[in-house]
Amino acid sequence: MFKTRWFASLLSLVVSPGLLFGAATISGKVTYTGTPAKSKTIDMSKEPSCAKQHTTPITTEAVVTGPNNSLANVVVYISAGAPDESSAPSQAVTFTQKGCQYIPHVIALRTGQELKVVNDDQTSHNIHPMAKVNREWNKSQPPGTPPLSEKFDKEEFIPVKCNVHPWMHGYFAVLKTSHYTLSGEDGSFKLPDLPAGKYTITAWQEDYGTQTQDVTISGNETKTVDFTFKAKPY
Amino acid sequence: MGKVFAVIVVLIAFASAVPIITHHWFGTAIELRPPEDISTHGHAIDEQLSETMVEAGLSFLAAQFVLAFFVWKFSNRSANAEIKTFPGGAKWLVIAALALVGTEMLALGVLGQRAWATVYFTPAKPDALQVQAQAGQFAFYFRYPGADGKFGDLHPDKIDEGNSNFFGLDPANDVDSRDDIVTGELAIPANREIHLLMHAKDVGHSFYVRELRIQQDFVPGLDLSVHFTATKVGKYEIVCTQLCGLGHYNMKAYLNVLSQEDFDSWLKQKASEQ
Repeated sequence: MFKTRWFASLLSLVVSPGLLFGAATISGKVTYTGTPAKSKTIDMSKEPSCAKQHTTPITTEAVVTGPNNSLANVVVYISAGAPDESSAPSQAVTFTQKGCQYIPHVIALRTGQELKVVNDDQTSHNIHPMAKVNREWNKSQPPGTPPLSEKFDKEEFIPVKCNVHPWMHGYFAVLKTSHYTLSGEDGSFKLPDLPAGKYTITAWQEDYGTQTQDVTISGNETKTVDFTFKAKPY
Repeated sequence: MGKVFAVIVVLIAFASAVPIITHHWFGTAIELRPPEDISTHGHAIDEQLSETMVEAGLSFLAAQFVLAFFVWKFSNRSANAEIKTFPGGAKWLVIAALALVGTEMLALGVLGQRAWATVYFTPAKPDALQVQAQAGQFAFYFRYPGADGKFGDLHPDKIDEGNSNFFGLDPANDVDSRDDIVTGELAIPANREIHLLMHAKDVGHSFYVRELRIQQDFVPGLDLSVHFTATKVGKYEIVCTQLCGLGHYNMKAYLNVLSQEDFDSWLKQKASEQ
Protein backbone atom coordinates (compact mmCIF):
# COMPACT_ATOMS: atom_id res chain seq x y z
CA MET A 1 0.00 0.00 0.00
CA PHE A 2 2.73 2.46 1.04
CA LYS A 3 4.92 1.22 -1.74
CA THR A 4 2.18 1.90 -4.26
CA ARG A 5 1.80 5.45 -3.01
CA TRP A 6 5.51 5.99 -3.10
CA PHE A 7 5.59 4.68 -6.60
CA ALA A 8 2.67 6.82 -7.61
CA SER A 9 4.23 9.98 -6.25
CA LEU A 10 7.53 9.11 -7.87
CA LEU A 11 5.77 8.53 -11.13
CA SER A 12 3.97 11.84 -10.86
CA LEU A 13 7.30 13.52 -10.17
CA VAL A 14 8.68 12.11 -13.39
CA VAL A 15 5.59 12.67 -15.46
CA SER A 16 4.67 16.09 -14.23
CA PRO A 17 6.62 17.92 -11.55
CA GLY A 18 3.78 20.41 -11.43
CA LEU A 19 1.57 17.84 -9.80
CA LEU A 20 3.85 17.72 -6.76
CA PHE A 21 3.15 21.37 -6.13
CA GLY A 22 -0.56 21.11 -6.61
CA ALA A 23 -3.03 23.89 -6.98
CA ALA A 24 -4.94 23.44 -3.75
CA THR A 25 -4.78 26.14 -1.10
CA ILE A 26 -5.36 26.21 2.61
CA SER A 27 -6.28 29.62 3.90
CA GLY A 28 -7.76 30.94 7.07
CA LYS A 29 -7.57 33.37 9.90
CA VAL A 30 -5.97 33.35 13.32
CA THR A 31 -7.96 34.98 16.08
CA TYR A 32 -8.06 35.02 19.86
CA THR A 33 -10.72 34.90 22.53
CA GLY A 34 -10.42 36.60 25.89
CA THR A 35 -8.20 39.52 26.83
CA PRO A 36 -4.60 39.54 25.70
CA ALA A 37 -1.90 41.12 27.85
CA LYS A 38 -1.34 44.79 27.18
CA SER A 39 1.74 45.52 25.13
CA LYS A 40 4.30 47.33 27.23
CA THR A 41 6.27 50.35 26.15
CA ILE A 42 9.94 49.54 25.74
CA ASP A 43 12.30 51.83 27.64
CA MET A 44 15.57 52.00 25.75
CA SER A 45 16.86 55.22 27.33
CA LYS A 46 20.20 53.56 28.06
CA GLU A 47 20.88 53.43 24.30
CA PRO A 48 20.26 56.99 23.07
CA SER A 49 21.34 56.22 19.47
CA CYS A 50 18.45 53.75 19.25
CA ALA A 51 15.90 55.64 21.35
CA LYS A 52 16.08 58.67 19.07
CA GLN A 53 15.09 56.54 16.05
CA HIS A 54 11.62 56.02 17.48
CA THR A 55 9.44 59.10 17.44
CA THR A 56 6.73 57.11 19.16
CA PRO A 57 8.06 54.56 21.65
CA ILE A 58 7.88 50.96 20.50
CA THR A 59 6.06 48.28 22.44
CA THR A 60 6.58 44.59 23.17
CA GLU A 61 5.62 42.26 20.33
CA ALA A 62 5.04 38.94 22.07
CA VAL A 63 1.35 39.22 21.18
CA VAL A 64 0.45 41.37 18.18
CA THR A 65 -3.26 41.85 17.69
CA GLY A 66 -5.31 43.49 14.97
CA PRO A 67 -8.94 44.44 14.38
CA ASN A 68 -11.67 41.87 15.05
CA ASN A 69 -9.56 39.90 17.52
CA SER A 70 -7.07 38.93 14.84
CA LEU A 71 -3.66 37.64 15.81
CA ALA A 72 -0.58 38.49 13.75
CA ASN A 73 2.90 36.91 13.72
CA VAL A 74 1.50 33.39 14.10
CA VAL A 75 3.55 30.80 12.23
CA VAL A 76 1.21 28.47 10.30
CA TYR A 77 2.79 25.45 8.63
CA ILE A 78 2.21 21.91 7.48
CA SER A 79 3.63 19.74 10.21
CA ALA A 80 2.69 16.39 8.70
CA GLY A 81 1.64 15.10 5.30
CA ALA A 82 3.65 17.49 3.18
CA PRO A 83 5.80 15.93 0.51
CA ASP A 84 9.47 15.71 1.51
CA GLU A 85 11.62 18.33 -0.05
CA SER A 86 15.30 17.75 -0.34
CA SER A 87 16.93 21.14 -0.52
CA ALA A 88 16.36 24.44 1.19
CA PRO A 89 15.67 27.53 -0.89
CA SER A 90 18.84 29.28 -1.96
CA GLN A 91 17.50 32.69 -1.05
CA ALA A 92 18.56 33.87 2.40
CA VAL A 93 16.18 35.14 5.06
CA THR A 94 17.17 38.49 6.54
CA PHE A 95 16.81 39.42 10.20
CA THR A 96 17.62 43.05 10.90
CA GLN A 97 18.62 44.81 14.09
CA LYS A 98 17.44 48.37 13.73
CA GLY A 99 16.64 50.91 16.40
CA CYS A 100 17.51 48.19 18.95
CA GLN A 101 14.60 46.13 17.72
CA TYR A 102 14.44 42.87 15.76
CA ILE A 103 12.76 43.36 12.41
CA PRO A 104 10.72 41.32 11.82
CA HIS A 105 9.93 40.04 15.28
CA VAL A 106 9.35 36.48 14.03
CA ILE A 107 10.91 34.88 10.98
CA ALA A 108 10.21 31.44 9.56
CA LEU A 109 12.86 29.62 7.57
CA ARG A 110 13.71 26.19 6.28
CA THR A 111 16.24 23.89 7.91
CA GLY A 112 19.51 24.53 6.10
CA GLN A 113 18.36 27.84 4.66
CA GLU A 114 20.75 30.74 4.98
CA LEU A 115 19.95 33.31 7.64
CA LYS A 116 21.44 36.76 7.29
CA VAL A 117 21.69 38.90 10.42
CA VAL A 118 22.14 42.59 9.71
CA ASN A 119 23.17 45.29 12.19
CA ASP A 120 21.76 48.62 11.02
CA ASP A 121 22.52 50.39 14.30
CA GLN A 122 25.33 52.57 15.57
CA THR A 123 25.75 50.32 18.56
CA SER A 124 27.04 46.79 19.01
CA HIS A 125 24.56 43.96 19.17
CA ASN A 126 25.11 40.44 20.37
CA ILE A 127 22.55 38.16 18.85
CA HIS A 128 21.88 35.03 20.87
CA PRO A 129 19.46 32.40 19.55
CA MET A 130 18.77 30.27 22.61
CA ALA A 131 18.57 27.01 20.70
CA LYS A 132 18.10 23.74 22.55
CA VAL A 133 17.86 21.27 19.67
CA ASN A 134 20.20 23.10 17.33
CA ARG A 135 23.64 24.32 18.34
CA GLU A 136 23.38 27.38 20.56
CA TRP A 137 25.59 30.32 19.66
CA ASN A 138 25.88 34.04 20.24
CA LYS A 139 27.73 36.51 18.10
CA SER A 140 28.81 40.07 18.67
CA GLN A 141 28.20 42.46 15.81
CA PRO A 142 29.76 45.91 16.12
CA PRO A 143 28.30 48.72 14.00
CA GLY A 144 29.36 48.62 10.37
CA THR A 145 30.25 44.93 10.30
CA PRO A 146 28.95 42.84 7.37
CA PRO A 147 25.88 40.64 7.89
CA LEU A 148 26.35 37.39 9.76
CA SER A 149 25.46 34.22 7.92
CA GLU A 150 24.12 31.20 9.79
CA LYS A 151 22.12 28.02 9.25
CA PHE A 152 20.05 25.75 11.48
CA ASP A 153 19.91 22.01 10.80
CA LYS A 154 16.96 20.91 12.87
CA GLU A 155 13.35 21.93 13.24
CA GLU A 156 12.94 24.20 16.27
CA PHE A 157 11.26 27.36 17.52
CA ILE A 158 14.20 29.34 18.82
CA PRO A 159 13.79 32.36 21.10
CA VAL A 160 16.34 35.02 20.18
CA LYS A 161 17.71 37.69 22.45
CA CYS A 162 20.39 40.35 22.36
CA ASN A 163 22.96 39.91 25.11
CA VAL A 164 23.55 43.67 25.29
CA HIS A 165 19.97 44.98 25.09
CA PRO A 166 17.67 42.91 27.33
CA TRP A 167 14.48 44.24 25.72
CA MET A 168 15.36 42.89 22.28
CA HIS A 169 13.52 39.68 21.62
CA GLY A 170 12.48 37.69 18.59
CA TYR A 171 11.90 34.18 17.31
CA PHE A 172 13.30 31.95 14.60
CA ALA A 173 10.84 29.32 13.43
CA VAL A 174 13.05 26.72 11.77
CA LEU A 175 10.87 24.28 9.85
CA LYS A 176 11.40 21.10 7.86
CA THR A 177 8.77 22.07 5.32
CA SER A 178 8.68 24.98 2.93
CA HIS A 179 4.89 25.14 3.29
CA TYR A 180 4.77 27.78 5.98
CA THR A 181 3.57 31.32 6.39
CA LEU A 182 3.01 33.98 9.02
CA SER A 183 -0.39 35.43 9.75
CA GLY A 184 -0.70 39.03 8.65
CA GLU A 185 -1.91 42.03 10.60
CA ASP A 186 -5.51 40.97 9.92
CA GLY A 187 -4.72 37.43 11.13
CA SER A 188 -5.11 35.90 7.69
CA PHE A 189 -2.79 33.33 6.17
CA LYS A 190 -2.56 31.30 3.01
CA LEU A 191 -0.68 28.08 2.21
CA PRO A 192 -0.84 27.78 -1.58
CA ASP A 193 0.42 25.24 -4.12
CA LEU A 194 -0.49 22.11 -2.24
CA PRO A 195 -1.06 18.75 -3.89
CA ALA A 196 -4.10 16.78 -2.85
CA GLY A 197 -3.61 14.92 0.40
CA LYS A 198 -4.16 14.69 4.10
CA TYR A 199 -2.30 17.29 6.11
CA THR A 200 -1.77 18.35 9.67
CA ILE A 201 -1.68 22.12 9.95
CA THR A 202 0.01 23.64 12.97
CA ALA A 203 -0.28 27.21 14.19
CA TRP A 204 2.33 28.46 16.65
CA GLN A 205 2.20 31.60 18.75
CA GLU A 206 5.15 32.41 21.00
CA ASP A 207 3.11 33.00 24.16
CA TYR A 208 0.06 30.84 23.51
CA GLY A 209 1.75 27.70 22.19
CA THR A 210 0.64 25.48 19.31
CA GLN A 211 -2.62 24.24 17.86
CA THR A 212 -3.06 21.59 15.20
CA GLN A 213 -5.83 20.66 12.81
CA ASP A 214 -6.10 17.83 10.32
CA VAL A 215 -7.38 18.62 6.88
CA THR A 216 -7.87 16.60 3.71
CA ILE A 217 -7.84 18.36 0.39
CA SER A 218 -8.41 17.08 -3.07
CA GLY A 219 -7.81 18.64 -6.45
CA ASN A 220 -7.73 22.37 -6.79
CA GLU A 221 -9.98 23.31 -3.92
CA THR A 222 -9.34 26.04 -1.36
CA LYS A 223 -10.01 24.90 2.17
CA THR A 224 -10.52 27.23 5.07
CA VAL A 225 -8.87 26.40 8.37
CA ASP A 226 -9.22 28.88 11.20
CA PHE A 227 -7.33 28.91 14.47
CA THR A 228 -8.48 30.48 17.70
CA PHE A 229 -6.11 30.97 20.61
CA LYS A 230 -7.12 31.64 24.17
CA ALA A 231 -5.56 34.92 25.23
CA LYS A 232 -4.26 35.46 28.76
CA PRO A 233 -4.41 38.90 30.38
CA TYR A 234 -1.11 38.25 32.23
CA MET B 1 77.63 63.10 42.89
CA GLY B 2 75.60 62.38 46.02
CA LYS B 3 74.51 65.99 46.21
CA VAL B 4 73.13 65.74 42.68
CA PHE B 5 71.00 62.75 43.80
CA ALA B 6 69.67 64.78 46.71
CA VAL B 7 68.64 67.57 44.37
CA ILE B 8 66.99 65.06 42.00
CA VAL B 9 64.98 63.55 44.88
CA VAL B 10 63.67 67.02 45.76
CA LEU B 11 62.81 67.75 42.14
CA ILE B 12 60.94 64.43 41.77
CA ALA B 13 59.00 65.20 44.96
CA PHE B 14 57.90 68.60 43.64
CA ALA B 15 57.11 67.28 40.16
CA SER B 16 54.94 64.52 41.66
CA ALA B 17 53.05 67.00 43.79
CA VAL B 18 52.19 69.33 40.90
CA PRO B 19 49.52 67.19 39.15
CA ILE B 20 47.86 66.34 42.46
CA ILE B 21 47.75 69.97 43.56
CA THR B 22 46.41 71.16 40.21
CA HIS B 23 43.89 68.32 40.18
CA HIS B 24 42.49 69.35 43.51
CA TRP B 25 42.67 73.10 43.60
CA PHE B 26 42.91 74.27 40.02
CA GLY B 27 40.96 71.46 38.40
CA THR B 28 38.55 73.60 36.39
CA ALA B 29 41.41 75.04 34.39
CA ILE B 30 42.47 71.64 33.14
CA GLU B 31 39.10 69.90 33.49
CA LEU B 32 40.34 67.36 35.98
CA ARG B 33 38.40 68.38 39.06
CA PRO B 34 35.80 65.87 40.21
CA PRO B 35 32.33 66.69 38.83
CA GLU B 36 30.02 68.90 40.79
CA ASP B 37 28.53 67.26 43.86
CA ILE B 38 24.72 67.06 43.69
CA SER B 39 24.09 65.21 46.93
CA THR B 40 23.58 66.27 50.52
CA HIS B 41 26.24 63.91 51.86
CA GLY B 42 28.82 64.36 49.10
CA HIS B 43 30.61 67.33 50.65
CA ALA B 44 31.69 65.17 53.61
CA ILE B 45 33.20 62.64 51.22
CA ASP B 46 34.89 65.36 49.17
CA GLU B 47 36.34 66.93 52.33
CA GLN B 48 37.56 63.57 53.53
CA LEU B 49 39.24 62.86 50.22
CA SER B 50 40.87 66.28 50.30
CA GLU B 51 42.09 65.72 53.83
CA THR B 52 43.50 62.35 52.91
CA MET B 53 45.17 63.85 49.88
CA VAL B 54 46.69 66.72 51.88
CA GLU B 55 47.94 64.49 54.67
CA ALA B 56 49.30 61.82 52.37
CA GLY B 57 50.83 64.54 50.18
CA LEU B 58 52.54 66.31 53.07
CA SER B 59 53.83 62.99 54.45
CA PHE B 60 55.16 62.12 51.02
CA LEU B 61 56.92 65.48 50.62
CA ALA B 62 58.34 65.32 54.18
CA ALA B 63 59.68 61.81 53.60
CA GLN B 64 61.28 62.84 50.32
CA PHE B 65 62.90 65.93 51.90
CA VAL B 66 64.29 63.90 54.82
CA LEU B 67 65.64 61.39 52.34
CA ALA B 68 67.23 64.19 50.31
CA PHE B 69 68.69 65.72 53.48
CA PHE B 70 70.40 62.48 54.48
CA VAL B 71 71.67 61.85 50.97
CA TRP B 72 73.12 65.39 50.90
CA LYS B 73 74.62 65.22 54.39
CA PHE B 74 76.30 61.84 54.15
CA SER B 75 77.22 61.85 50.47
CA ASN B 76 80.86 62.69 51.19
CA ARG B 77 81.22 60.48 54.25
CA SER B 78 84.67 58.86 54.38
CA ALA B 79 84.85 55.08 54.17
CA ASN B 80 86.05 54.66 57.77
CA ALA B 81 83.66 57.14 59.46
CA GLU B 82 81.70 55.90 62.45
CA ILE B 83 78.23 54.46 61.62
CA LYS B 84 75.50 55.75 63.90
CA THR B 85 72.30 53.78 64.49
CA PHE B 86 68.82 54.74 65.58
CA PRO B 87 68.65 55.05 69.41
CA GLY B 88 67.61 51.61 70.71
CA GLY B 89 68.42 49.81 67.44
CA ALA B 90 66.31 48.42 64.61
CA LYS B 91 63.52 47.17 66.91
CA TRP B 92 62.72 50.67 68.18
CA LEU B 93 63.06 52.08 64.69
CA VAL B 94 60.31 49.73 63.47
CA ILE B 95 58.15 50.45 66.50
CA ALA B 96 58.51 54.21 65.98
CA ALA B 97 57.65 53.90 62.28
CA LEU B 98 54.61 51.74 63.01
CA ALA B 99 53.41 54.18 65.66
CA LEU B 100 53.79 57.11 63.29
CA VAL B 101 52.04 55.46 60.34
CA GLY B 102 49.46 53.81 62.59
CA THR B 103 48.47 57.12 64.18
CA GLU B 104 48.09 58.66 60.77
CA MET B 105 45.92 55.77 59.51
CA LEU B 106 43.83 55.75 62.67
CA ALA B 107 43.30 59.51 62.47
CA LEU B 108 42.14 59.25 58.85
CA GLY B 109 39.86 56.35 59.74
CA VAL B 110 38.26 58.18 62.67
CA LEU B 111 37.77 61.33 60.62
CA GLY B 112 36.54 59.32 57.62
CA GLN B 113 33.95 57.61 59.79
CA ARG B 114 31.83 60.78 59.67
CA ALA B 115 31.56 60.69 55.88
CA TRP B 116 31.01 56.93 55.81
CA ALA B 117 28.41 57.02 58.57
CA THR B 118 26.14 59.48 56.75
CA VAL B 119 25.68 56.88 54.00
CA TYR B 120 26.04 53.52 55.71
CA PHE B 121 25.48 53.80 59.46
CA THR B 122 22.30 55.83 59.47
CA PRO B 123 19.12 54.29 58.11
CA ALA B 124 17.01 56.04 55.48
CA LYS B 125 14.18 58.15 56.85
CA PRO B 126 10.84 56.32 56.98
CA ASP B 127 9.34 58.74 54.46
CA ALA B 128 12.16 58.24 51.94
CA LEU B 129 11.03 57.32 48.44
CA GLN B 130 11.59 53.61 47.93
CA VAL B 131 12.94 52.58 44.56
CA GLN B 132 14.28 49.18 43.67
CA ALA B 133 17.26 48.87 41.34
CA GLN B 134 17.95 45.65 39.54
CA ALA B 135 21.28 45.07 37.84
CA GLY B 136 21.53 42.36 35.21
CA GLN B 137 23.73 41.73 32.23
CA PHE B 138 23.86 44.43 30.79
CA ALA B 139 21.27 46.94 31.88
CA PHE B 140 19.79 48.50 34.99
CA TYR B 141 16.06 48.42 35.61
CA PHE B 142 14.21 50.35 38.27
CA ARG B 143 10.93 49.64 40.00
CA TYR B 144 8.56 52.01 41.79
CA PRO B 145 5.89 50.51 44.04
CA GLY B 146 2.95 52.25 42.35
CA ALA B 147 -0.21 53.57 43.97
CA ASP B 148 -0.44 50.90 46.68
CA GLY B 149 3.08 51.71 47.94
CA LYS B 150 3.96 48.01 47.93
CA PHE B 151 6.40 46.10 45.76
CA GLY B 152 5.17 42.82 44.35
CA ASP B 153 7.26 39.75 45.15
CA LEU B 154 9.97 38.60 42.78
CA HIS B 155 9.78 35.23 41.06
CA PRO B 156 12.97 34.60 39.09
CA ASP B 157 11.21 31.87 37.09
CA LYS B 158 8.73 34.45 35.79
CA ILE B 159 11.40 36.67 34.24
CA ASP B 160 10.34 37.18 30.64
CA GLU B 161 12.32 39.88 28.93
CA GLY B 162 10.36 39.58 25.69
CA ASN B 163 7.33 40.79 27.62
CA SER B 164 9.30 43.44 29.54
CA ASN B 165 8.99 41.42 32.75
CA PHE B 166 12.59 42.07 33.81
CA PHE B 167 11.99 41.62 37.54
CA GLY B 168 9.99 38.41 37.41
CA LEU B 169 6.67 39.78 38.63
CA ASP B 170 3.59 37.60 38.78
CA PRO B 171 0.64 39.94 38.12
CA ALA B 172 -1.69 37.00 37.48
CA ASN B 173 -1.50 35.91 41.13
CA ASP B 174 0.13 38.80 42.97
CA VAL B 175 -2.07 41.87 43.25
CA ASP B 176 0.72 44.00 44.75
CA SER B 177 2.78 43.70 41.60
CA ARG B 178 0.06 44.85 39.19
CA ASP B 179 0.67 48.56 39.68
CA ASP B 180 4.46 48.32 39.99
CA ILE B 181 6.18 50.68 37.59
CA VAL B 182 9.29 49.33 35.87
CA THR B 183 11.55 51.74 34.00
CA GLY B 184 14.94 51.81 32.35
CA GLU B 185 15.94 55.18 33.79
CA LEU B 186 16.06 56.28 37.39
CA ALA B 187 14.01 59.44 37.75
CA ILE B 188 13.86 60.93 41.23
CA PRO B 189 12.51 64.13 42.75
CA ALA B 190 15.14 66.64 43.87
CA ASN B 191 15.55 67.34 47.59
CA ARG B 192 13.79 64.18 48.66
CA GLU B 193 15.57 61.25 50.22
CA ILE B 194 15.73 58.14 48.05
CA HIS B 195 16.10 54.69 49.51
CA LEU B 196 17.52 52.57 46.72
CA LEU B 197 17.04 48.84 47.31
CA MET B 198 19.62 46.98 45.31
CA HIS B 199 19.27 43.57 43.81
CA ALA B 200 21.44 41.69 41.30
CA LYS B 201 19.83 39.34 38.83
CA ASP B 202 22.89 37.41 37.76
CA VAL B 203 26.43 38.42 38.67
CA GLY B 204 28.10 41.23 40.64
CA HIS B 205 27.49 44.74 39.33
CA SER B 206 27.95 48.22 40.71
CA PHE B 207 25.89 51.40 40.95
CA TYR B 208 28.09 54.44 40.44
CA VAL B 209 26.99 58.03 39.98
CA ARG B 210 29.96 60.35 40.22
CA GLU B 211 27.86 63.41 40.93
CA LEU B 212 26.08 61.63 43.79
CA ARG B 213 29.39 60.46 45.29
CA ILE B 214 27.89 56.99 45.55
CA GLN B 215 29.45 53.77 44.45
CA GLN B 216 27.94 50.58 45.76
CA ASP B 217 28.25 47.02 44.53
CA PHE B 218 25.34 44.76 43.74
CA VAL B 219 26.03 41.29 45.13
CA PRO B 220 23.89 38.38 43.97
CA GLY B 221 21.91 37.02 46.88
CA LEU B 222 22.35 40.07 49.11
CA ASP B 223 19.74 42.74 49.72
CA LEU B 224 21.85 45.87 49.84
CA SER B 225 20.66 49.44 49.87
CA VAL B 226 21.89 53.01 49.77
CA HIS B 227 20.10 56.22 50.55
CA PHE B 228 20.79 59.68 49.26
CA THR B 229 19.24 63.03 48.50
CA ALA B 230 19.95 64.74 45.19
CA THR B 231 19.80 68.52 45.24
CA LYS B 232 20.26 69.57 41.64
CA VAL B 233 17.89 68.98 38.75
CA GLY B 234 19.65 67.40 35.77
CA LYS B 235 20.54 64.25 33.94
CA TYR B 236 23.49 62.18 35.13
CA GLU B 237 25.02 58.89 34.11
CA ILE B 238 24.76 55.70 36.16
CA VAL B 239 27.52 53.30 35.22
CA CYS B 240 28.40 49.78 36.23
CA THR B 241 31.90 49.81 37.72
CA GLN B 242 32.23 46.11 38.41
CA LEU B 243 33.42 44.08 35.42
CA CYS B 244 30.36 41.94 34.76
CA GLY B 245 30.93 40.37 31.34
CA LEU B 246 31.21 41.05 27.65
CA GLY B 247 28.73 43.93 27.55
CA HIS B 248 30.02 45.62 30.70
CA TYR B 249 31.28 48.62 28.71
CA ASN B 250 27.70 49.32 27.63
CA MET B 251 26.01 48.81 31.00
CA LYS B 252 24.65 52.16 31.95
CA ALA B 253 21.46 54.05 32.67
CA TYR B 254 20.52 57.64 33.35
CA LEU B 255 19.68 59.31 36.61
CA ASN B 256 17.11 61.99 35.95
CA VAL B 257 16.72 64.40 38.85
CA LEU B 258 13.42 66.26 38.42
CA SER B 259 11.40 68.76 40.34
CA GLN B 260 8.66 67.13 42.41
CA GLU B 261 6.08 68.34 39.90
CA ASP B 262 7.92 66.94 36.89
CA PHE B 263 8.59 63.72 38.74
CA ASP B 264 4.91 63.22 39.48
CA SER B 265 3.95 63.63 35.85
CA TRP B 266 6.84 61.41 34.73
CA LEU B 267 5.70 58.65 37.08
CA LYS B 268 2.14 59.00 35.85
CA GLN B 269 3.30 58.71 32.25
CA LYS B 270 5.39 55.62 33.04
CA ALA B 271 2.49 54.03 34.92
CA SER B 272 0.35 54.33 31.81
CA GLU B 273 3.00 52.57 29.74
CA GLN B 274 3.09 49.43 31.90
